[in-house]
Amino acid sequence: MNDVSAWFKWLSHTSGIKLTIFYDSYDRSRWLTGLVSTLELSAICLVLSLLLGACVAWWNRSRFAMVRYLVGSYVQLFRNTPPLAQIYFFYFAISPLLPKVGGQPLLGSMGWAIVSLTLLETAFTSEIFRAGIEAVPKSMIEAAESLGYSKLQIFIDIVLPLAFRFTLPAINNNLVNLVKTTTLAYAIAAPELLYMSSQIWSEQTNVADMMCMLLLTYVAIIAVINVVMRWLERRLRIPGFGQ
Amino acid sequence: MSQPSVVELLLKWTPLLAQGFAFNLLISIFAMALGTAAGLFLGFGAVSTSRWLKQLSDLAVQFFRNAPWLVLLFFVMLLMPFELRVGPWVLPFPDWIKSTVGLALPVMANVAEIVRGAVESIPSAQWDAARSLAFNRRQTMWEIIIPQCIKRMLPAWMNWYAILTMATTLTSIVGVNEVMTTVGRITAAEQRADLLIPIYLYVLLWFFLYCYPIALWTKRLELRYRER
Repeated sequence: MNDVSAWFKWLSHTSGIKLTIFYDSYDRSRWLTGLVSTLELSAICLVLSLLLGACVAWWNRSRFAMVRYLVGSYVQLFRNTPPLAQIYFFYFAISPLLPKVGGQPLLGSMGWAIVSLTLLETAFTSEIFRAGIEAVPKSMIEAAESLGYSKLQIFIDIVLPLAFRFTLPAINNNLVNLVKTTTLAYAIAAPELLYMSSQIWSEQTNVADMMCMLLLTYVAIIAVINVVMRWLERRLRIPGFGQ
Repeated sequence: MSQPSVVELLLKWTPLLAQGFAFNLLISIFAMALGTAAGLFLGFGAVSTSRWLKQLSDLAVQFFRNAPWLVLLFFVMLLMPFELRVGPWVLPFPDWIKSTVGLALPVMANVAEIVRGAVESIPSAQWDAARSLAFNRRQTMWEIIIPQCIKRMLPAWMNWYAILTMATTLTSIVGVNEVMTTVGRITAAEQRADLLIPIYLYVLLWFFLYCYPIALWTKRLELRYRER
């Protein structure tokens, strides 16, 4: 670690490439806070949106027209309005209405980022799940029925495992989009990677260097996600489907 | 003096909001034009026979597709010069032009990906047939492959236009006077707590009314082209 920080110090003296996050402990801790927040935000929103997305996909097939209509409107509203406007709406319009707990707002900027990004992602995930459920061949469901499976058993044992595999590539795409969208939390001062980096570059006046570092970090995070998801897709591949 | 109602306030500020929204649409159209033009070049680079060109284009596409829009926007805003001097002429780059360039970069990469996908979706039998009729590569591309690609590219291209239009709100973060900036100023000027929810919903509705028809149209085109 000392060697690395010494090298980056040397680099800034000789070439002017000033990456303070590698040798200044305060900047490093800010940078790491940002990185962890971004990963946290992505992970929490991913898990919540997968769970809620499955619920929404289930309600989409409801017997009641009213439920289908409501769920459908929610999905279309969130898909066809700017994510930034949604975040502002929650943070500037809804947040002041909520009661305060001990003089503090109920949810901070990080909390509202989670709420608004989760609702946005759920709208996308539910559509993905719906397409996945529709892609399960009818003959499989008929075969399960003829073997005496109940409706719920068919959904849990036959439809879901197949649908999950069909949707993996789309989920991967969505996860990549989610990581990119977490940068919007910058607008409400949530301490994610972009926000922390902007604080560092405005203090150290190393805009170009930090900016390149930031871009490379995001591209690296997404490259790792892609590799992991490809591996998962291969592991869960069903013989006889796809190429 | 009685306070004006929320509806009156919304009506009062509508012209100003409309001005901001029009600016969003202007940025979206310029960024789409720029991104499409650059994306076509990059896309044809990605399907070229030259290995170097192909790999370079692939790398650029992957990079600009995976980088967050907002970070690219910051990148261009902070690092692009505010004017370009060519001899005696000075070409100024105001903030909105810079942000248009920033938004055009991810559009470029995604259009390139659409082009590549469309060209690769044409059955290879078409290439073989063209070769057996003595078409060279350029002729095959222009007279056989591209005419079929345009139809396949249109729905995805429209979808990206809708995404771009929604992304133009990002320019408010970097100081362009578009509709979200206007909303912030209006709420600051009025200081009315009951205005907050209506005005944000009002602007969300405008975007919805613009983007939802595009989404419906895209879906219809997709279905129509799939049936053939």
